[in-house]
Amino acid sequence: MEKQPLLVSSSPHLHCGMNTRDIMRDVVIALIPALVASVWLFGFRALAVEVVCVASAIATEYLSRLVMKRPQTVGDLSCVVTGLLLAFNLPVTIPLWQAAFGSVVAIAVAKQMFGGLGQNFVNPALVGRIVLMGSFPDAMNNWEVPLSWLGKADAVTGATPLALLGTEGAADIEPLQLLFGLRGGCLGETCVAALLLGGIYLVVRHVISPLIPVIYLATVFVLTWLLGSDPLVQVLSGGLMLGAVFMATDYATCPINKAGKVVYAIGCGLITVLIRMFGSLPEGVSFAIVIMNILSPLIERATKPRPFGAGKAVRS
Amino acid sequence: MNNVYWKTFSKGLIKENPTFRLVLGTCPTLAVTTAAVNGLGMGAAATFVLVCSNIVISLLRKVIPDKVRLPAYIVIIAAFTTIVQMLVKAYLPAIDKSLGIYLPLIVVNCIILGRAEAFAGKNPVGLSALDGLGMGAGFTAALVVMGSIREFLGNGTVFGWPEGGLIPAITIFVLPAGGFFVFGMLIWLTNKLSQHLDNNATRKELTACAGCPMAVKCHTEEGCRHE
Repeated sequence: MEKQPLLVSSSPHLHCGMNTRDIMRDVVIALIPALVASVWLFGFRALAVEVVCVASAIATEYLSRLVMKRPQTVGDLSCVVTGLLLAFNLPVTIPLWQAAFGSVVAIAVAKQMFGGLGQNFVNPALVGRIVLMGSFPDAMNNWEVPLSWLGKADAVTGATPLALLGTEGAADIEPLQLLFGLRGGCLGETCVAALLLGGIYLVVRHVISPLIPVIYLATVFVLTWLLGSDPLVQVLSGGLMLGAVFMATDYATCPINKAGKVVYAIGCGLITVLIRMFGSLPEGVSFAIVIMNILSPLIERATKPRPFGAGKAVRS
Repeated sequence: MNNVYWKTFSKGLIKENPTFRLVLGTCPTLAVTTAAVNGLGMGAAATFVLVCSNIVISLLRKVIPDKVRLPAYIVIIAAFTTIVQMLVKAYLPAIDKSLGIYLPLIVVNCIILGRAEAFAGKNPVGLSALDGLGMGAGFTAALVVMGSIREFLGNGTVFGWPEGGLIPAITIFVLPAGGFFVFGMLIWLTNKLSQHLDNNATRKELTACAGCPMAVKCHTEEGCRHE
């Protein structure tokens, strides 16, 4: 890449000063509220899972670049983001070696084997999560009741709101509780308020555009409402907020232009709702995003903008 | 050892391994290798059909008219597959159960028809039998290696031993996704190994026709018909 001469228009040029490292640092900052919330809700074991995931992600990134004899990229912090996002997608009770295994798969298989940051065709953290779901279905479905580490709750494990929906327990779900993460679930997905805070920070810093998260959430809201479910509970539960704000917006795996982003976000919402309402799994955010990641190049091709003044695109 | 018979037999093991180098018979490879013993059963059954059909097709190569050779080959292969299927059903019902539909599907296994077309239809009986044996051994070895890896990682066991598993099971390896992953890794490994074995082959040659595993059998000057 570096060797090719880059031909651009004549000077002067402005550089905004942003680089990958700055962007990734902003994402890490945006994830901090959810990280704090996860420790508050699930205790210090949550922190242990997060540390293990991030550390093994960094180590895997370093080692795989070393083995492949490629320039070292640990410094761009993208592996920290991947490790943290993966940890946010795991239940607090997961054995630590399994969490580390997920990180290794995410970085080595989903990212570095395809050429590193920007070359990965799906979100690495989600690949890690899906591989762990396929590998250790029991460990990945063990939901601890929040705040039970303080010894205040009667039960230690319980069902997640999405598993309760459609059963008698659905009446107990209160949207306000969901907003502050007082429910069973993965580490980082439960506290919707903290995730929203991070999302707003990213939008304000122009790291992400609000287009994908807003349309994704709106699609889920409208579709679940049409299908007769409680749309507010649907939007606030599961990994939807985490997925919509932090995973669906991954630069490398979502379409570039606006029309493509809209199609992509609607697709994410549609698949999520289909899996939630009609699938055998209670939650479908990770599969929805991965499927749309894979479809992104096709969406990109279909929504290619026509240059001003050019004729109608000729199909080759 | 370096005569034509040894060469005919040994090329199927690594250099022209049907599974990892020619990438034939992928469907049974991915489907039955969830356990090493399944791979062994599938490999043995396919080897039997391969050797027998190679012998018969080679014997009949001057009798079968060129225009109807494919239906004729298929009839011969189907006959032997039926024999294998009945034998396995009678004597190894457990294997029959775990292989399921993939046992009768040996009829359409591309390795067997591929060898009939590429080798047995043009060569004498002895060589054809050796070719079938070598290709069958390569196929069996590939299935057993892949089955062992997937069984050990995905179930913690080695040929079903011990009961509880030696290591904690990583179930994804016995699921289709893990199958594709292990398959890809083994293809990479075999390519590396066969490059290493072939001392004369430089990287440049490997990208051209000479690097093609079918090069020995390729008679067309203009281009490759195995695309």
